[in-house]
Amino acid sequence: MGPVVVFVPLDAAARSVGADDVAIAIVREAAVRQRDIRLVRNGSRGMFWLEPLVEVSTPEGRVAYGPVEAGNVGELLDAGMLDGAPHRLCLGKTEEIPQLRRQTRFTFARVGINDPLSVADYEATGGLAGLRRALGMTPQEIVTAVTDSGLRGRGGAGFPAGIKWQTVLNMPSGLKFIACNADEGDSGTFADRMLMEGDPFLLVEGMAIAGLAVGANEGYIYIRSEYPDAVATLSAAVDIAYLNGWVGPSVLGTDRSFDLHLRVGAGSYICGEETAMLESLEGRRGMIRAKPPLPAIAGLLGKPTVVNNVLTLATVPPILAKGAEAFRELGVGRSRGTQVFQLAGNIKHGGIVETAFGVTLGELVEEYGGGTASGRPVRAVQVGGPLGAYLPTSRFDLPMDYEAFAAAGAMVGHGGIVVFDETVDMSHQARFAMEFCAEESCGKCTPCRVGAVRGVEVIDRIIAGVDREANLELLEDLCETMVDGSLCAMGGLTPLPVRSALKHFPEDFEQVKAVPL
Amino acid sequence: MVSKTRSSYVPWSQERAVAIFERHRTERGALMPILHELQDVFGHIDPRAVDLVAEELNLSKAEVYGVVTFYKDFRSEPPGTSVIRVCRGEACQSMGAERLARHAREHLAVDFGGTTSDGAVTLEQVFCLGNCALSPAVLVDGRLKGRVDEAGFDELVAASRTEAR
Repeated sequence: MGPVVVFVPLDAAARSVGADDVAIAIVREAAVRQRDIRLVRNGSRGMFWLEPLVEVSTPEGRVAYGPVEAGNVGELLDAGMLDGAPHRLCLGKTEEIPQLRRQTRFTFARVGINDPLSVADYEATGGLAGLRRALGMTPQEIVTAVTDSGLRGRGGAGFPAGIKWQTVLNMPSGLKFIACNADEGDSGTFADRMLMEGDPFLLVEGMAIAGLAVGANEGYIYIRSEYPDAVATLSAAVDIAYLNGWVGPSVLGTDRSFDLHLRVGAGSYICGEETAMLESLEGRRGMIRAKPPLPAIAGLLGKPTVVNNVLTLATVPPILAKGAEAFRELGVGRSRGTQVFQLAGNIKHGGIVETAFGVTLGELVEEYGGGTASGRPVRAVQVGGPLGAYLPTSRFDLPMDYEAFAAAGAMVGHGGIVVFDETVDMSHQARFAMEFCAEESCGKCTPCRVGAVRGVEVIDRIIAGVDREANLELLEDLCETMVDGSLCAMGGLTPLPVRSALKHFPEDFEQVKAVPL
Repeated sequence: MVSKTRSSYVPWSQERAVAIFERHRTERGALMPILHELQDVFGHIDPRAVDLVAEELNLSKAEVYGVVTFYKDFRSEPPGTSVIRVCRGEACQSMGAERLARHAREHLAVDFGGTTSDGAVTLEQVFCLGNCALSPAVLVDGRLKGRVDEAGFDELVAASRTEAR
């Protein structure tokens, strides 16, 4: 009998609540009991209320225990954890945990299963199948497969990936780039981080396929510095991919080349906007560019560039491996496939829910999420990051679908959902939206740069009860100016959380209160 | 990036800076990787580094200075022994991050961006560390912490002060 395989996540979030201490304790306590174990540091399953989640391989499948503290490990081993025995922390088979069982893991199929940097694990679980298939296809066939899948950009805007790729493919051959936007700066989103820490080879594979598809031999991943663990894992993954000939001068032994570089951001939210990101990649301030020209025509260094989010690129390998139809048959309306929703903030069962588009907001927050962490009633949720709308529970009927959300004056964005309980003061949240915009604006457009500062002041006057009606009117005018007069989503969408807070929670703007901070 | 402590930084050295420059010379958009490595090695972007980089990359000093000051990560002054970054994103706000942010400033008696008088801790605010289901989040010298309340914050500060000794 070989050693018992024990899994303890290496994901930064799992580590943030003690996974390293648990791993150390397991090795120590197993040694004390003379039990032969093999410890695997996997990605996270994305059920953060159960982290650190320890899994043990048994003949019947993986059995989960959690949340485990280092102090529990001795008693767990005595209870027979290494044989999958019952214990108050035992959750049964991992795959049977209700929140996980109901999901459709398409992009996240491998996250939490493997050692993220194991080449053998990657190939044994279907890794490289998409790239191998792509190498046998013409560029047009690859692009058509992506178009047929209905895949839309996961970064927030939801632009059809195939159309973007087609545009770059149609440009005359020459220097072209693939630029991966891994500057996941929206609060309430962490799926990119989990993917890069939990299955980094998938992103590498997706980038290589994108390069083959559009005729680009060079790729850049722009990752935020706020993710030190992801930077380290992805950096190692790129090195390993080179060593194994997955990228480099000869992709998988063919005459196709693809060079991949990792670039680290430096604490600027606006660099998550694609043109600001390109400026930053070129070594400049992250000032946004006017569009057109689109990056697909004139992107990095003025050359045709595919700019895609991490999850967009990481979804391409399984689409090629399983066929466009396998993805397209999931979803609703023009929102095809799955989305990796992220349940965040004041939520009991926070984490990742990958499921087909069309699931309702209420199902996600209440059924998957189990309501608030505080136990108080939900009052508001913000969907799609700091530039997304605040919605009341009366809109929990909304299906997660780009068009349905747009029609409701909201946005799906990157699929992050931040839950607030009844203690939230929505006037403070509206004020914060403006404050955040003032802090992070690149400064190019006056309505954004100056408007956000004025927005904070006007909301302060409203909160203080100064000339309320006139100031509410002024705020509406200001929002209109920001929407109409800003080049990018920073100024253009900051009014979304502000207006939605006013619309759905007007009572919070009616009592005179002290101005925050 | 953010993972080093001051004790591992080296004093300014023109030779060392030139070596960094040489390593990145052929990269596209080399300025950002150069600035990151300069800060990793020296702890901050020394004014002499700005002059050197401008000369080597054939940029104006204003351009280089403009880049250094645009990005929050790049410092013009050395940081404290530990750098503690408190997340103020919406997800963390929903779990009391504003209270934690106030407490952090009071406990350390510095504002965001400041360093305690004993040089032990630099306190910074950050908008999202990607730990939004385990809020409030804090990053201590590159190590992510979740569900940090006021007492937990004080423990983190005490631990990093002990570690520094």
